[in-house]
Amino acid sequence: MVDVEPVEKEIQLLDANERRLDGRALDELRPIKIEAGVLRRADGSAHVEWGGNRVLAAVYGPREAHPRHLQDPARALVQCRYNMAPFSVSDRKRPGPDRRSVEISKVTSEAFSAVVFTEQFPRTSVDVFIEVLQADAGTRCAGITAAAVALADAGIPMRDLVTACASGKIAGKVALDLNKEEDNFGDADDRAADWGDRPLADGRPPHRRRVRPSDEALDRRHQADLRDAEGGAPPAVLHRGVR
Amino acid sequence: MDSSAARRELVIPGDVIETHGLKPGEGTYVEGGKVFASLLGIRSEHGGYVDVIPLTGRYIPRADDDVVGQVVDLGPSHWLVDINSPYPAPLHATESPWRVEFGETSHFMDVGDSLLARVISVDETKRVQITMRDQGLRRLTGGQIVEISYSKVPRVIGKSGSMISMIKSYTKTQAFVGQNGRIWVDGDPKDVIHAVRAVHMIDENAQAAGLTDAVEDYLAGAYGRKEG
Repeated sequence: MVDVEPVEKEIQLLDANERRLDGRALDELRPIKIEAGVLRRADGSAHVEWGGNRVLAAVYGPREAHPRHLQDPARALVQCRYNMAPFSVSDRKRPGPDRRSVEISKVTSEAFSAVVFTEQFPRTSVDVFIEVLQADAGTRCAGITAAAVALADAGIPMRDLVTACASGKIAGKVALDLNKEEDNFGDADDRAADWGDRPLADGRPPHRRRVRPSDEALDRRHQADLRDAEGGAPPAVLHRGVR
Repeated sequence: MDSSAARRELVIPGDVIETHGLKPGEGTYVEGGKVFASLLGIRSEHGGYVDVIPLTGRYIPRADDDVVGQVVDLGPSHWLVDINSPYPAPLHATESPWRVEFGETSHFMDVGDSLLARVISVDETKRVQITMRDQGLRRLTGGQIVEISYSKVPRVIGKSGSMISMIKSYTKTQAFVGQNGRIWVDGDPKDVIHAVRAVHMIDENAQAAGLTDAVEDYLAGAYGRKEG
């Protein structure tokens, strides 16, 4: 395919003071705003604004699992669907599941299966729907964050709130929470989902981390976690109520 | 009672809960000797346990719960009843107040009919059995059903039934509060409207202090008098 918009391939992603294009430091996140209880008909819901990302998550259940043969007599299923709206990106995305969204859905449902007390609701399913309304890199992380808040809003018992953050390499340096330009023109990217606000290295079971990022990226995330825990800039969580 | 009424502490899943020597109760879990909240809710201390009272959630049936159900399917010797939970509850013909011949279940209750029932048992795979063979349990033929969040049912009932009996005495209606968050109200249509508004008031302001007084003020205003 031919590039429709000719873009400059050489972009200076870091300036001399290690500031990024939008003025952030390497370990700085974009502004986050989370609102819970935004959908009336869902059991739980949340809307997340994370930089340029706009993500909506809805949770239904626990409810009877269909089709019946999927039911597990010992525990609940956690089923996820990650979907990008056709208008969420600048080139229209062909609607429907593709290889990328199927994989993200699978990994997301595994991340939540690990924290939800599924054994309390045998034979049921908890259905999580993540809709990306506007994408600006790191949508799966914003989606996981939104889904975690929506699950809490639905009153589903779980060990902790799952949070997620992307990281990547730009201009040879590891940076947190890449935006679109850094994602497109940077050197590499990966992401990790984690439980809540406790530090990473406290002897938690290994299923906490789905993707194993480089030690440097983990270290940066750890530092960001600690800064949040010390009251640096925690995301504002609003609760609007069910009705 | 205790200090939890004065200090309402909101917790989210994963929050550490101070036990003050009490045992971990519902809505909590223990890991590495610490107690954490597993639900979004209010921390409460009751009977030697620290619980988290959920703000929202689905109703999970328990033995001896009173429920308001609706028939969703028929079998030759049972009805399948929706009790507002993830698990449908079969009501066997022998647990009904009538003598039902095999294949004649629809003569007594059909799909769409509402009923008052009680949960007999729930096993570990959450298979539910319900009965109508007890006093006050029957098929409903009139009135209105209000649906609220099941976690607010204790507030609708009030301490030893004070709230619901106040609503009943003001509005002169009959009412049955199901643990599954469904409330049946019957009486004069005007009175039912006031009773339903009072229930919605409780549903929306379940965490407020002095709720009984607020509801009494509303009912006294609606009926222009204070009940003795």
